[in-house]
Amino acid sequence: MIRRLPYVFAFAGVLSGCRHWQSAANDAGAEAERIWSLTLTFTIVLGLIWLAVMVAVAIIIRHRRRPPFSLHDARLDGAGHRRNSWIVGSLLAATVATVAILTVLSFMAQRPLFAGRAQTAGIRLIGHQWWWEVRYDGATPSEMFTTANEIHIPVGTPIRLSLESADVIHSFWVPSLAGKQDLIPGHNNSIELLAQRPGVYRGQCAEFCGLQHAHMGLLIVADAPDAFEKWQGAQRAAASQPQENDRAKGAQVFVSKPCALCHTIRGTPAGGKFGPDLTHVGTRAYIGADVLPLTPGSLAAWIADPHGVKPGVKMPPVHLGADELNAVTAYLIGLK
Amino acid sequence: MPPATVMPRPADQRDTGLEDAELRERLAYTWGRRPGIIGWLMTVDHKEIGRRYIVTAFAFLALGGLVAAIMRLQLARPEQHVVGPDLYNQIFTVHGSNMMFLFAVPVMQAFSIYLVPLMVGTRNIAFARVGAFSYWIYLAGGVFLWVSFILDIGPDVGWFAYVPLSGPQYGIGKRPDVWAQMITFTEVAAMATAVQTIVTVFKHRAPGMKLTEIPLFVWAMLVTAFMVIFAMPAVMVASTSLILDRLVGTHFFNPSEGGSALLFQHLFWFFGHPEVYIIFIPGTGMVSAIIETFSRRPVFGHVAVIISLVATGMLGFGLWVHHMFATGLPELGASFFTIMSMTIAIPSGLQIFCWLVTLFTGTPVIRTPLLFVFGFFFIFVLGGMTGVMVASIPIDLQVHDTYFVVAHFHYVLIGGAVFPLIGATYYWFPKITGRMMSERLGTWNFWLAFIGFNVAFFPMHILGILGMPRRVYTYQTDVGWDRLNLLSSIGAFILAASFALFFLNMLRSARVGPLAGPNPWGAGTLEWLADSPPGPHNFDHIPVVTHATPLWAERESLPIATGISVNRREILITTLAEARPEIREASPDSSIWPLLAAIATTIAFIASIFSPWAAVWGSALIGLTLIGWFWPKSMREDEE
Repeated sequence: MIRRLPYVFAFAGVLSGCRHWQSAANDAGAEAERIWSLTLTFTIVLGLIWLAVMVAVAIIIRHRRRPPFSLHDARLDGAGHRRNSWIVGSLLAATVATVAILTVLSFMAQRPLFAGRAQTAGIRLIGHQWWWEVRYDGATPSEMFTTANEIHIPVGTPIRLSLESADVIHSFWVPSLAGKQDLIPGHNNSIELLAQRPGVYRGQCAEFCGLQHAHMGLLIVADAPDAFEKWQGAQRAAASQPQENDRAKGAQVFVSKPCALCHTIRGTPAGGKFGPDLTHVGTRAYIGADVLPLTPGSLAAWIADPHGVKPGVKMPPVHLGADELNAVTAYLIGLK
Repeated sequence: MPPATVMPRPADQRDTGLEDAELRERLAYTWGRRPGIIGWLMTVDHKEIGRRYIVTAFAFLALGGLVAAIMRLQLARPEQHVVGPDLYNQIFTVHGSNMMFLFAVPVMQAFSIYLVPLMVGTRNIAFARVGAFSYWIYLAGGVFLWVSFILDIGPDVGWFAYVPLSGPQYGIGKRPDVWAQMITFTEVAAMATAVQTIVTVFKHRAPGMKLTEIPLFVWAMLVTAFMVIFAMPAVMVASTSLILDRLVGTHFFNPSEGGSALLFQHLFWFFGHPEVYIIFIPGTGMVSAIIETFSRRPVFGHVAVIISLVATGMLGFGLWVHHMFATGLPELGASFFTIMSMTIAIPSGLQIFCWLVTLFTGTPVIRTPLLFVFGFFFIFVLGGMTGVMVASIPIDLQVHDTYFVVAHFHYVLIGGAVFPLIGATYYWFPKITGRMMSERLGTWNFWLAFIGFNVAFFPMHILGILGMPRRVYTYQTDVGWDRLNLLSSIGAFILAASFALFFLNMLRSARVGPLAGPNPWGAGTLEWLADSPPGPHNFDHIPVVTHATPLWAERESLPIATGISVNRREILITTLAEARPEIREASPDSSIWPLLAAIATTIAFIASIFSPWAAVWGSALIGLTLIGWFWPKSMREDEE
């Protein structure tokens, strides 16, 4: 009910006029919805208290006077002391009551958050400087697969992610679905996502993690269950063999140049573990941890000069001839 | 001041039986310092050191504000290239570290150094040479940070410097070490001053000033000093362990060797949260002082306010985990910190109610200091409300590390500490310089600051809700943050203009402002008994106190205590609770050793980020200067 109240932040939408796919107010997940209701309740209650204080200040300002200062106009008598004590005492009691009520509301809202922590996770999310490794678990090795920077989940099913870090502390945050949780080396954390509407939700690393902390985004794609199954099936498969000439040449370039030292493409000799798995890179919406939309032009620009796009990124520039660059780009784009 | 040559001076001339003019001249000679640069370097006068501290802290405020303006330029539009990620990360780290360690804490302590001895009616601060040492160490730490920044080795790991990012594997060059050692400098300085404040308040009060009659500003600084002493060692343990991890390969914070990355966060925030109150509690003291004078009556609930100050100081140590809700702590532990964080709203509320009742039942006269107090109510109370929000675990998990939190703590710190500080500057400026600041510029200053601040920081609440994380050097065009960021940047420049006006007003008024006289506001506390600016000896006669606002209680003439030496530096020691006179104690003369000891300490601190052996030979060097400092002198024993 409360979340249907007039949107406190509606005017922000008017001001900004963009789609809010990374907004806590655009709640599409069970957890995000609970938190947003609580946020609105707190905002209204606390806003009213703030208003009351401002009214008091306004009354005081109306009662000002403008005499010159002298030592003799100051009052020391304690007139009205009893009444004033009552006023302060009752305001204090009201404060205690408000604080207690808000605390209880907060505790009620946090219970589901802590309830499922012991469950096993279906997805392992591993933070790297500055991208996200995503490993889907399965009953058999053939059902497991690895991808990067884009997580698909089925709508209506709670999915638990285990959160790990390969280097420094990162924080996983997709505001439209849930609050954030840190990825800390040496600690086991997890978070549950339950998407209630299909859609694409953006997230971003929320703990300062170094030079390119600003460009460590990811997408959560909430699919209808059958669409999710289809996607998952496709991801489990090894990379398709290139049929066209230039793509076959691109595959050749990929394994003969340093690319294969860092990247894996399942079904080919490329098995590097340092960078993102590129087996189905052509299916992703963005490259470079959500820096550029995936198009042949942007992919070629990225491969030719990653540091021009994302200064400091761990991917080194690889010297390729123009035809080599075009071939590799075509090959990777075709990895659907 | 030339020596008094009128009368032959007996070995121990007391302040009885001297004409007023001669008494004043002789006291000023005894407590004065040598002229010239050497005398300037040697002085231990709390007023000179306090003034120096204030000016330096305001200089760091200006520098920190300047780099903040660069950040706002960079963020005004998406995907800008005003600065790159490397410089931006240094800038926000230096901005945060500078504002917390080089501006906010020191400026409050600076006012304390200047005002506390005057407000409790004594002639100098306790351990006066430690005060001089504290200033030089603080200056060295601040210059160290900014020179490093200019040389492109400024820290770039955030003012919190979380491991492993700041650790041996990921921290670049000496950048995190600069952060860690800057901490050591400023904490040594802060703790030295805290000890001085506590001893001055407990033992140097004018006779008759009972604990409950101590001015509220002094109480606030006393609570702050205790918090400094309990909080700061934690961060020094954290920063020193970090240096050890980086320099000699210890593994305090290395999870693969049995250390813990979270340990650093606990140590840091055990300091970091009380730090907020170390900044805010002095602000409340300033608010109390201003409200008392400008509502023309003592603060209602003097004792209630004292209790709430002490309660805030204690509860402040039970809040630190609310900075770590997203680290995956167990429910029971995290919930405890929710309760504590909510509870701290109660003493803060109590103070605000007492102030409102004071203003309501008094006869408020609006001048610039009171304007800034009204600004404080507007801004700080709003920041307090968002503080209650971030105390809730679910809400915090959304807004933690976003611009919502950036908005929250700027509301709390600028509203709760900087607005009172500017008000306090307008209020005490006539005492410090002898001249009034311009009211007209003051009004402009207030409105620019008030509007600029809210335009700059209110939109950040919304940006946080819309998903904008902190510490990003830029943002994409497709997330809907551009207009609010532009608005915020415009506000930031209005705010910057208000500070320019503030500094201009101070510089101008210090030279051409109207003369103030001892008590231009008709205030009730003891600092207004002294001349403006006070002579080197503060008071011609040590006053005897009968009321929390002595000048209002004894309007014609204050009772005085006599029998104190005029040709030796002597102060009166009184009992802790009732302030009954106990003994007369010698107060230290000027000395060059605090400066030399500070230079030795600076060399040792800076060298020890390069070589562990510097801790060894550096200690010897410091030891040498301390031998000079404590070299036995023939000094009279304290007397009953």
